Amino acid sequence: MNFARMQLHIKNGRLVDPANGIDRVTDLFVVDGKIAALGAAPSGFSADDTIDATGLVVAPGLVDLSARLREPGYEYKATLESEMRAAVQGGVTTLVCPPDTDPVLDEPGLVEMLKHRARNLDLAHVHPLGALTMGLRGEALTEMAELTEAGCIGFAQAEVPILDTNVLLRALQYAKTFGYTVWLRPQDPHIGRGGVAHSGPLASRLGLSGVPVMAETIALNTIFELVRSTGARVHLCRISSAAGLALVRAAKKEGLPVSCDVGVHHLHMTDADIGFFDSNARLTPPLRSGRDRDAITAGLLDGTVDAVCSDHTPVDDDEKLLPFAEASPGATGLELLLSLMLKWAEEQHGADALPQALAKITLDAARIAGLPAGQLGVGAQADIVLFDPATRWKVEGAALASQGKHTPFLGFELPGQVKATVVGGRIAYRR
Amino acid sequence: MPILHNNPQLTRNGELQHLLTIEGLPKAIINHILDTAQSFVGISDREVKKVPLMRGKSVFNLFFENSTRTRTTFEIASKRLSADVINLNIQASSTTKGESLLDTIDNLAAMHADMFVVRHAQSGAPYLIAKHLNDSGRKEIHVVNAGDGRHAHPTQGLLDMYTIRHYKQDFTNLRVAIVGDILHSRVARSDIHALTTLGVPEVRAIGPQTLLPSGLEHMGVRVFNNMDEGLKDVDVIIMLRLQNERMSGALLPSAQEYFKSYGLTPERLALAKPDAIVMHPGPMNRGVEIDSAVADGKQAVILPQVTFGIAVRMAVMSILAGGRV
Repeated sequence: MNFARMQLHIKNGRLVDPANGIDRVTDLFVVDGKIAALGAAPSGFSADDTIDATGLVVAPGLVDLSARLREPGYEYKATLESEMRAAVQGGVTTLVCPPDTDPVLDEPGLVEMLKHRARNLDLAHVHPLGALTMGLRGEALTEMAELTEAGCIGFAQAEVPILDTNVLLRALQYAKTFGYTVWLRPQDPHIGRGGVAHSGPLASRLGLSGVPVMAETIALNTIFELVRSTGARVHLCRISSAAGLALVRAAKKEGLPVSCDVGVHHLHMTDADIGFFDSNARLTPPLRSGRDRDAITAGLLDGTVDAVCSDHTPVDDDEKLLPFAEASPGATGLELLLSLMLKWAEEQHGADALPQALAKITLDAARIAGLPAGQLGVGAQADIVLFDPATRWKVEGAALASQGKHTPFLGFELPGQVKATVVGGRIAYRR
Repeated sequence: MPILHNNPQLTRNGELQHLLTIEGLPKAIINHILDTAQSFVGISDREVKKVPLMRGKSVFNLFFENSTRTRTTFEIASKRLSADVINLNIQASSTTKGESLLDTIDNLAAMHADMFVVRHAQSGAPYLIAKHLNDSGRKEIHVVNAGDGRHAHPTQGLLDMYTIRHYKQDFTNLRVAIVGDILHSRVARSDIHALTTLGVPEVRAIGPQTLLPSGLEHMGVRVFNNMDEGLKDVDVIIMLRLQNERMSGALLPSAQEYFKSYGLTPERLALAKPDAIVMHPGPMNRGVEIDSAVADGKQAVILPQVTFGIAVRMAVMSILAGGRV
């Protein structure tokens, strides 16, 4: 069958499309990889496949702003195929991946290769971020125009802060020249270096090196000063603290061209979840205090936080079953993103909590990435997730398609089970 | 989530399975260890310095970080309990060949170890080992933390409590000052947890801001930057060792300046109560954190600490190995 030509009928689901303000039970028709109609079938429609979505939510496919696929270079931790299967099993149809692969994504050839491999797998859409500096070394700029032509949607330093502020200034000036977005995780290169947990009572008690909140706020202040001078558009990745969010809120109010996301773990957990040195809770940035966690929810509700990402980072056993500080940071997340957002929505108790939560992982994320995704309007590309909001599932290694089995949510019962994922009109996952 | 859920050092019945930290240990268990230690103190003075409580048991001293002193006291304690002791200096063997920590543990467990005494440079390493043994159904193997990173040194904390109880009897009317590099000190953390659990009404931490961890007040201590103010009217002074590598750099300008501000001199000692005792976990840096006149003076109880340390370690190991003593 020619998938591109396939006609798909999704019947009787609760269609939630925050972009178009839709939340009602209706039918959805897909033709030629695009949304052809809602409600009544378009003329000449003849379904090749029908999915009965009774009792299910039908939503735009998720857009994840940070998913490490570990290719090239770290195939022992995960492969493109395993992680893209994890993506569609989690309802994620569009992935933005950071450039900290080995080699680093600083050459057009590497980006083309990655895009090519992803296209051949034909599971989810992959959009790489190019390295902002060669080798992420913070010295020489990359060929941003060439990298954009090869398919990069922005430029980032991943977890490697730039030591030389003058290089960061030049990078922002250069990016501004061409209108590119620079994605930065605010982290002072010196303060908190070597730290493994939020600086506070827990880290002090456990004798773990701390990463103070000021490591984030000092970097944010520097970035905002550079944005004021250059006018470059900056997306701030994984803000972790109340003080950091307050600075972002003020910068937005001032009119600076900035946006920000948070990692989905930080929506629910605090440093206390490290418990007795649980290396599954070793994340970058570190889980912070309850006050910081509450500020993230407030930021989501008032719009300071634009999007939530999974910060998917597969880590293998050998690198996790180590003393806390020696364990590699990161957790698997692609298959938890939807459920953790649904859990958050449940906790907000509002009638519009579900569309609000979905917006942060669909259209708002797509807007930041500059991609025409995250919505179900007629004519849009047919990236769709169908999930049962009532079914709860237990987070266990065996339940995850990702090669990364480590998450601080192991053993949790989470709401929302993905029943089918449609990518470009084709059913990429069905349960 | 509660911080003390699934505490890996206690069994479901609340008995000691491993000794990993003093934090969260019930007062009754601490007192039981101290009482048991008291019954062992006399053994060292006998002509035959042995009891058969751990006969036929194998104790593995796993020192991933060098320490002659602590390893020796554990070795003596094991031998006085009639256990077989195997000393492993792991730095020099398997991990340098690329073997993982847990592979090393599995290999030694297969040699029928009954107890691991673990010293490791990383905070939390003994938890990883204890959890690994618990999860793989080898609960009969016990783990004693002999010092992990900056986190805990529970047997040192317990021997410090034994010493304080020996000289002061009651904990509930004491002021105790801990002086020096608290940021990097596992001894300080274990002492603070033990003192607050045993009901000491005022625990003080004294040091420059660069050597005090953030959020220290949350552990129930009063923080002093000024040594003279901090020592006023205290009953017990616990001096901490200043590591050589910290004596000059971004934390402190020099050992001389440190001694000038935080060294325990006879003049400063006079600010404490007249019957105050002076403790130090050793090894001491004379002229850096403590003046020789104090270290060798009549208020110092630094050598009795070492003697009590053997009895306390015997108590911990015998309780873990056999339960009833």
